[in-house]
Amino acid sequence: MLTITSIRNGIVIDHIRAGLGIRMFYQLGLDKADYSVALIMNAASTRLGRKDIIKIENNVDFDVTMLALIDPNVTINVIEDEHIVRKVKPELPERVEDIIKCKNPRCITSVEKYVPHVFTLVNRQLGQYRCQYCDEIYTVGQD
Amino acid sequence: MLKGRHLLDPTDFSPGELDEIFDFADQIIQSPAQFNHLCDSSILATLFYEPSTRTRFSFEAAMLRLGGNVVGFSEPSSSSVAKGESVADTIRTVACYADIIVMRHPKEGAPRIASQYSPVPVINAGDGGHLHPTQTLTDLLTIRSVKHQLTGLTIGCCGDLKFGRTVHSLLKATSRYPGNRFVLISPEELRVPDYVTADLAAKGIAYQEVERLDEVIGDLDILYMTRVQKERFFNEDDYVRLKDVYILNAEKMRLARKDMIVMHPLPRVGEIAYDIDDDPRAYYFKQAKFGMYARMALISKLLGVS
Repeated sequence: MLTITSIRNGIVIDHIRAGLGIRMFYQLGLDKADYSVALIMNAASTRLGRKDIIKIENNVDFDVTMLALIDPNVTINVIEDEHIVRKVKPELPERVEDIIKCKNPRCITSVEKYVPHVFTLVNRQLGQYRCQYCDEIYTVGQD
Repeated sequence: MLKGRHLLDPTDFSPGELDEIFDFADQIIQSPAQFNHLCDSSILATLFYEPSTRTRFSFEAAMLRLGGNVVGFSEPSSSSVAKGESVADTIRTVACYADIIVMRHPKEGAPRIASQYSPVPVINAGDGGHLHPTQTLTDLLTIRSVKHQLTGLTIGCCGDLKFGRTVHSLLKATSRYPGNRFVLISPEELRVPDYVTADLAAKGIAYQEVERLDEVIGDLDILYMTRVQKERFFNEDDYVRLKDVYILNAEKMRLARKDMIVMHPLPRVGEIAYDIDDDPRAYYFKQAKFGMYARMALISKLLGVS
């Protein structure tokens, strides 16, 4: 059994769908962190079967929106003195700019590099966004 | 108010605004000579980043018949684009010379970027496999003129529905009118993109996806044929395998209703047999003429001269 000690002050991102933790880790720039960080992959979970967890021993400010775009089902626990003082469920934003990249090779954003990648939410339940330029659908957690 | 607006997507204009364009097109059809000087001294720029014959000719003929002038290029190699100029810079420059801009581009969404940098109206004349809103104006004007209604129709779209931008635009536009239902006829590889069916589903519009034309042709009020476009395929093998799958011939036409109409954005490359051309239900060449009138009306409305 892998043991990782609990953190005193910081943030735990829990219930990350297995496989998406590493993407979140890099998106948050945690590979460059100068404080203690743990990425736990494929941990046992009663709800998900397997899940990833990220523990950050620091009260960093980060973009919760961006986490929702990778996996909207994560739970963000804010830890103070080894206790969870707040739980945050990220919400999908209506519009995102330069967070999701359009993967349609025929989209104009693939050649005109100055153009921001803009997506708007079209179905909150399914987590579907649409590219402002080519209408390509991006589904959160799948792409 | 249509003056100064862009047309990038077939739903940019409300059904009421489209009626305004179609009513004006009807006036032009009735007495074209009356509008010969409507756009005197106005300049239309045609920026065609990929080849086109009829759409470009249709726009140019429309502007010339309104008394206006036309500048532009018909392939990017003969323009500053070949030197690597961005869409934004090209548009900012061309807008200094022209009163209205028409753009065709192989990349999807390019006209939207153009509109973001243009002080004059931008018309999307086809962007990749995405949309072709002026073909939709053409199609709606044709349907309105022949069927005298845009509602309660069973519209079949056949052929390349994946890359066929005219179909995407037509579905988007006609699904706004009540009572229309859609039959999407294509091989599995060429079905409409997910965003198109997601749109129909979100609006609660009835549609079915089928593989055989002969099984459904008898249900249709309108059969919209499309060509399998070679330039949309990433490899030659897929193109060769699928290009002749859906051919409309006399045998299939016998199964169709007497008042069904056959439409096609043209050019055809074998998907409609030549002996269908004399069938009174074949409307594709008349449709091309409606296209010019639709564009005359559109240009006039966007320039605010009608």
